[in-house]
Amino acid sequence: MQTQELARGFVDPVFAAQGVFRAAMWALSRPGRPQELATDLIPPAPLSPEAAALALALCDYETPVFLDAALAAERAVGDFLRFHTGAPIVAEPGQARFAFISNPLNMLEFSEFSQGIPEFPDASVTLILQVASFVDHGFTLEGPGIKGRLGFGAAPLPEHFAARMAANRTLFPRGIDLLLAGAGQVAGLPRSVAVKEG
Amino acid sequence: MTSQHTGEMPAISYNFAYLDEQTKRMIRRAILKAIAIPGYQVPFAAREMPMPYGWGTGGVQVTAAVLGPDDVLKVIDQGADDTTNAVAIRGFFEKTAGVATTTATTEATLIQTRHRIPETKLSENQILVYQVPIPEPLRFLEPRETETRQLHALEEYGLMHVKLYEDIARHGHIATTYAYPVEVAGRYVMDPSPIPKFDNPKMDDCPALQLFGAGREKRIYAIPPYTTVRSLDFEDHPFKVQRFAKPCALCAATGVYLDEVILDDRGGRMFVCSDTDYCNARQAEGHRGEMAAPVSSSGGAVLPHPTPLPHGEREQGDAPSLTLTARGAPEGAGEGPFGAEIAS
Amino acid sequence: MYVAAKGGEKAIRNAHKLLAKRRRGNENLPSITLEQIAGQLSLAVDRVMAEGSLYDTNLAALAIKQARGDLIEAIFLIRAFRTTLPRFGNSRPLDTGEMLVRRRVSATFKDLPGGQLLGPTFDYTHRLLDTSLAAPDAYGEVYDQADPVPAMSGEADPAEKMPRVTDLIGAEGLIEASPDEDGAEPFDITRAPVSFPVDRATRLQTLARGDEGYLLALGYSTQRGYARSHPFVGEIRFGDVEVVIDVPELGFAVSIGDVQITECQMVNQFKGSAEQPPQFTRGYGLVFGQCERKAMSMALVERALRWAELGEEPGAPAQDEEFVLSHCDNVQATGFVEHLKLPHYVDFQAELDLVRRMRREASEKSPADEMKEAAE
Repeated sequence: MQTQELARGFVDPVFAAQGVFRAAMWALSRPGRPQELATDLIPPAPLSPEAAALALALCDYETPVFLDAALAAERAVGDFLRFHTGAPIVAEPGQARFAFISNPLNMLEFSEFSQGIPEFPDASVTLILQVASFVDHGFTLEGPGIKGRLGFGAAPLPEHFAARMAANRTLFPRGIDLLLAGAGQVAGLPRSVAVKEG
Repeated sequence: MTSQHTGEMPAISYNFAYLDEQTKRMIRRAILKAIAIPGYQVPFAAREMPMPYGWGTGGVQVTAAVLGPDDVLKVIDQGADDTTNAVAIRGFFEKTAGVATTTATTEATLIQTRHRIPETKLSENQILVYQVPIPEPLRFLEPRETETRQLHALEEYGLMHVKLYEDIARHGHIATTYAYPVEVAGRYVMDPSPIPKFDNPKMDDCPALQLFGAGREKRIYAIPPYTTVRSLDFEDHPFKVQRFAKPCALCAATGVYLDEVILDDRGGRMFVCSDTDYCNARQAEGHRGEMAAPVSSSGGAVLPHPTPLPHGEREQGDAPSLTLTARGAPEGAGEGPFGAEIAS
Repeated sequence: MYVAAKGGEKAIRNAHKLLAKRRRGNENLPSITLEQIAGQLSLAVDRVMAEGSLYDTNLAALAIKQARGDLIEAIFLIRAFRTTLPRFGNSRPLDTGEMLVRRRVSATFKDLPGGQLLGPTFDYTHRLLDTSLAAPDAYGEVYDQADPVPAMSGEADPAEKMPRVTDLIGAEGLIEASPDEDGAEPFDITRAPVSFPVDRATRLQTLARGDEGYLLALGYSTQRGYARSHPFVGEIRFGDVEVVIDVPELGFAVSIGDVQITECQMVNQFKGSAEQPPQFTRGYGLVFGQCERKAMSMALVERALRWAELGEEPGAPAQDEEFVLSHCDNVQATGFVEHLKLPHYVDFQAELDLVRRMRREASEKSPADEMKEAAE
């Protein structure tokens, strides 16, 4: 058996978690406007440092976590998340409160995840998509948190992304919420946002 | 172990901003969902706080979960920084988090409030945390949580409209003057906390993030920046806010919310800004109301004659008297401090 | 010139200094010690531990001293401390059948294995003020079966097992079985928001930390016909039980100490149904320390809240789950009631205006209008 040293967690857990949370909070408050997310984590690949930071800041024993195929294939990723967060890692996406997607191109349909119920729409998943880059075009966003309209884009994103988000929007107040974790940044696409092509 | 035994006291130490990290995570997750579903009340496992329920435990938990070492905190109660409960809460965070505090609205990154929204327009980088006693806007119409939860799920708000309309039928007015219900982003009806309805329009399209914490009732909700917030009303009875007939007696500000201060037992009273920071800043800029010390005075100011009753109510459409009147001059009889209600 | 009242900070500081002075009382007398509170006001300590949900006599005594004897304030202090403690896990269910019994009475059987054991009780005392307590006192040796070395012979044999009354009648199938442990981690009302309807663990936890006076009144109401349940005290027992936790890392269970608890098993009538032969039902009460009134009240209210599962008619206040459980916490209740003394002048100003305006409008109405309105 190969023994691997476990990558460390936050050096300063209290303030690091607070800083990462604040980035996520502003990201969801200002959909499509990437927020600074600095972290010194060096998690096992293919988990990105930004996604790892969000996991350590937000997940614990109360939040079942789902990993996409590429993340689940790396045992060190699960070990890292389990050790630092205590979160149970689940195979069934519908049970997860947080889902980590390292490869958005071939991610599961949103409907595979928990979308909440009418009485408790908050009982839904937050998807954390690892992306490489953000741009200010490709999609037009409208909704709470956006003054007027906003151009937004990120890569990679799954096919028919606008259609998926539109379908998600029609479920409101049910639905899933997205955090896109890029290099040194995080952007939010909550269920309240209207996403159109162009 | 028997009841007689008493041993060593445990060493007691507290985390940054009092709450333990697991609790902060739980609250932070609730805040994120609250932001994603504007106006929806997210249940959260409110902790017991070292201050009484009903005294701001919800707001304090939200602030503690959000607060970072670089924040500058302002705490107000009734618009004032120096009310005892505001002082106590500000002291709590100075002690447990060691953060910088301020009374200046413009300097604060995080403002915790009870019952008011500051007069100074908030900016994009600010967070306003409201203390909420009863988060459920339908609670006084339907006391059961099991029922109101269904009503929200079905977007069934007829009950609320019936209540407001019954007021009009009975009193000729919507008799709700504070905690006036709003509709957020076209979906959820939300309790804005017991702010006067005067403050309701400030919630609409506000650049700041607005977070609401109800500790005893274990609910968190939010209004993201630039979100449509509409006060419930009717076509024939549009929503109107209170408008004061007189300016602030200290800083001469108009279009602000005033506190009535009783000066004697002969009907003498004055009206001053409820927002103390706004009032102080205006006075520092040289604005003077009829009861303020003269600009040049360095003490020994003469007490003016207490102001008589201000203008009474005018019908809508009348231009309310908002001009500064001569210092101490009688203004005519009236019963209400407000000049009129104006459509927002 | 008008100068606004300021100095909230200074006023608070001075108020707290004054509070400390009043707390201390006459400085010519010695300060009361925590040992004295824990030893001589032990039922106050028990109540604070029970409703504070924290078993620590030392801290409870400190809280009582700090609260100047205001028990709800002391409970509040304990709760605010408790909430900062890390949660390590949940214990195995307490086995009250293995209790080191200090008191045990049954109203349903004259005698039973283990016997009746009065123990330390106010029952049968004549409620006559005892002026001898005003002086320093001395007591002769008294038998306590839980003492390590019995000083006098008693009626009950400490070596004899004390099976629970409900187990005795349960062996005949005459009473509903106590639910089996399902192995799942019980819901923790201090760590998760409660939503209605609740499960049994949530109901019992909420009642166990509920206000004694509130539960007493509700329990009393069930006796007066508001959800009458024909209760019998199957058994009340008070004594010491061991708390055992499983430690997965060690692979075995560890005893982390003893707690004193009061348990009340109320035996209630049940008619039976087409599927089920007639059987007694139970209402359950369990609290930290010796708090019999609370344990009995809790058992009555618990039973009343089970109306739906037992096919009974609802309608009484004590049966209303959302009402009963939402209002039984005295820390929540006292906070919200007392918050009314905080400033509300912004809202009051808004109400003042409306009332003045409506009164003015009313007085401006023509007499004919008023007549018309009055006639309607």
